[in-house]
Amino acid sequence: MNHAQKAEIFNKNEAKVNWHDKALWYVREKRDNAAHGVKGWEQLRDLASGVKAHVLSNLDELLIEFETNAQKNGITVHWASNAEEHNKIINKILTEKNAKKVVKSKSMLTEECHLNPYLESKGFEVVDTDLGEYIVQIAKETPSHIVLPAIHKTKEEVDTLFQEHLGTKPSDGNPEYLTNEARKHLRTKFLTADVAITGVNFAIAETGGFVVCTNEGNADMGAHLAKTHIACMGIEKLIPKEAHLGIFLRLLARSATGQPITTYSSHFNKPTEGSEMHIVIVDNGRTEQLSREDFRSSLHCIRCGACMNTCPIYRRSGGHSYDATIPGPIGSILSPGKDLTKHSSLPFASTLCGSCSNVCPVKINIHEQLYKWRQIITKDVEQPVVKKTILKMTGKVFSKPKFYGLAGRSVRFMLKYAPRFLVYSKLNAWGKARELPQIKNGNFDQWYKEKRSK
Amino acid sequence: MRVGLFIPCYINQLYPQVGIATLEVLEKLGVDVYYPSGQTCCGQPLGNSGYEEDAKGACQVFVENFKEYDYIVGPSGSCIYHVKKHFDIIEQTPDVINVRNNAFELCEFIVKILGITDLGASFPYKVGLHKSCHGLRGLHLGSCSERMDAHYSTEEDLLAHVQGLELMSLTRKDECCGFGGTFAVFEEAISVKMGKDRIQDHLNNDVEVITGADHSCLMHLEGLINRNKQPIRVMHIAEILNSSI
Ligand code: SF4
Repeated sequence: MNHAQKAEIFNKNEAKVNWHDKALWYVREKRDNAAHGVKGWEQLRDLASGVKAHVLSNLDELLIEFETNAQKNGITVHWASNAEEHNKIINKILTEKNAKKVVKSKSMLTEECHLNPYLESKGFEVVDTDLGEYIVQIAKETPSHIVLPAIHKTKEEVDTLFQEHLGTKPSDGNPEYLTNEARKHLRTKFLTADVAITGVNFAIAETGGFVVCTNEGNADMGAHLAKTHIACMGIEKLIPKEAHLGIFLRLLARSATGQPITTYSSHFNKPTEGSEMHIVIVDNGRTEQLSREDFRSSLHCIRCGACMNTCPIYRRSGGHSYDATIPGPIGSILSPGKDLTKHSSLPFASTLCGSCSNVCPVKINIHEQLYKWRQIITKDVEQPVVKKTILKMTGKVFSKPKFYGLAGRSVRFMLKYAPRFLVYSKLNAWGKARELPQIKNGNFDQWYKEKRSK
Repeated sequence: MRVGLFIPCYINQLYPQVGIATLEVLEKLGVDVYYPSGQTCCGQPLGNSGYEEDAKGACQVFVENFKEYDYIVGPSGSCIYHVKKHFDIIEQTPDVINVRNNAFELCEFIVKILGITDLGASFPYKVGLHKSCHGLRGLHLGSCSERMDAHYSTEEDLLAHVQGLELMSLTRKDECCGFGGTFAVFEEAISVKMGKDRIQDHLNNDVEVITGADHSCLMHLEGLINRNKQPIRVMHIAEILNSSI
């Protein structure tokens, strides 16, 4: 199913669409308010974008610098060129440590690599400890948003889910009660975990350390209690210096949730006595994207989710309609780079309104990249014959004023005189919920000829 | 100053009254306006659908038609944006560069180039302004709600001087209406939902007439309003600026 079909299904329940739209719009407004509180917000975005562009042009050297410094601090660094290698590396570490139980804090990269099902198939217990991630995990779903993974679920739905899985009492979706129950349950998981896996928000080349941002403190809890900490990062997570955190941390929290600062910005620099720290650095298609000049800046992304919250299509179609690890506008420019055919409907799931590019804290020109993907997709992916023929013919008509005059007249004639059942047929998607324009007597050309011929 | 009037294809065929109002407004302002015959389309529907290559002919026709004018003015932000932004697919001859640089959306031309905001119009209604995305975020006709810039709006500057007009404020000031060209048919469900939500925002804020500088958005909203028989109507901003009720 393509995006439009999934979106249509999501729209069968209009009340839920309204709720989803409002919930995310609320986050967008919180972001606006928070950003308004920062003098020089737009300059900060410029800076962030500049630093990221610098990182991408010097990735080779910065990665080596990071590796060297991390190793100096006693961290073990692993390199994975794709998802499979990433998963194998983690499997190997877990096996060597004789681990059984793994707690994981939020990491879109491990979602991208489908780490959970892989580890489960090897017999490990993996528990997602971010509340939203935990909800989608027990619901056997995937996150529908990168910051708010369970935003597609109402609190009533969570209530039912917890009754099934945690044996909670019906609470009418009482958030405090449900959160508390989840906390109690997760606490035992934390205490008994052998290994903690986290993502990485920023890896600092200069120090070899990295920063993980969470609102629940679950990354710290996991990493401090378990004997082994594995942090997984894409190659683009680097920043050159610790001082650059001042730019990114300010942008990230405000863009993501409208908070002035994420509740926990945890700095990891070296393993504590008697424990181990590993970093897995993953490519998985990133260098290929880096090589595509028009799409390179998509790698600036710091995964704040603001482009999703602002996207009028995302808000009304839900994250799952994108059928990709990263949904929404940014996902729609990243996913085609991974599998053009599978994701070919995504760049068209946009009106090119440009709101995403305007909120993006690292100034990715998302809507322009959507336009560019469209040009590639119509060439490289088989298009529906009708769509293709109509548009190609239109191109011819527009290039010949005479044809155009004729075509314009016949369309007007059709709209004016054809019987309603013909015009509003199944083939006419416009007319399903909308009237077509009413035809005036003449077109502008005719009027001008009569009234203004000089 | 010679101005070439660009009337986008769908306005020519479906909304001649918008073309007429545009021409009359410019004439009232004493502009030397010409309407080159043989205009077709800027090619935007093709480009946005991924068939930019097939739009090259349309781009050439456009440049041929307008190369001799000092300014090219049209009542549709998205078409003008397309000319400025996406005519990079044909060879950049001096003519092409001139046409791209001198193409202006009507409101911007009046305010920026002519330096006029009071057109002596009157229109005693409660009006809601729909800021088309390409006009707003593409041509920068106004400040955008996402950005932390000082507030300005070209269309509001003009509407503020229309006698009797009450500009109503909206809950979501610049959310997309969901037209999006072929998006309107290929993503029908979302397109319709977005349009409905936009109209509801105007209704909730007591708007009687929705206006804007891009008639394609208004066509989409009008289609929904007419189907659902809602007590609100759409008018292009040129029609309001040309009215003396
Ligand atoms: S593309 Fe920009 S707005 Fe979207 S998630 Fe990434 S950083 Fe945030």
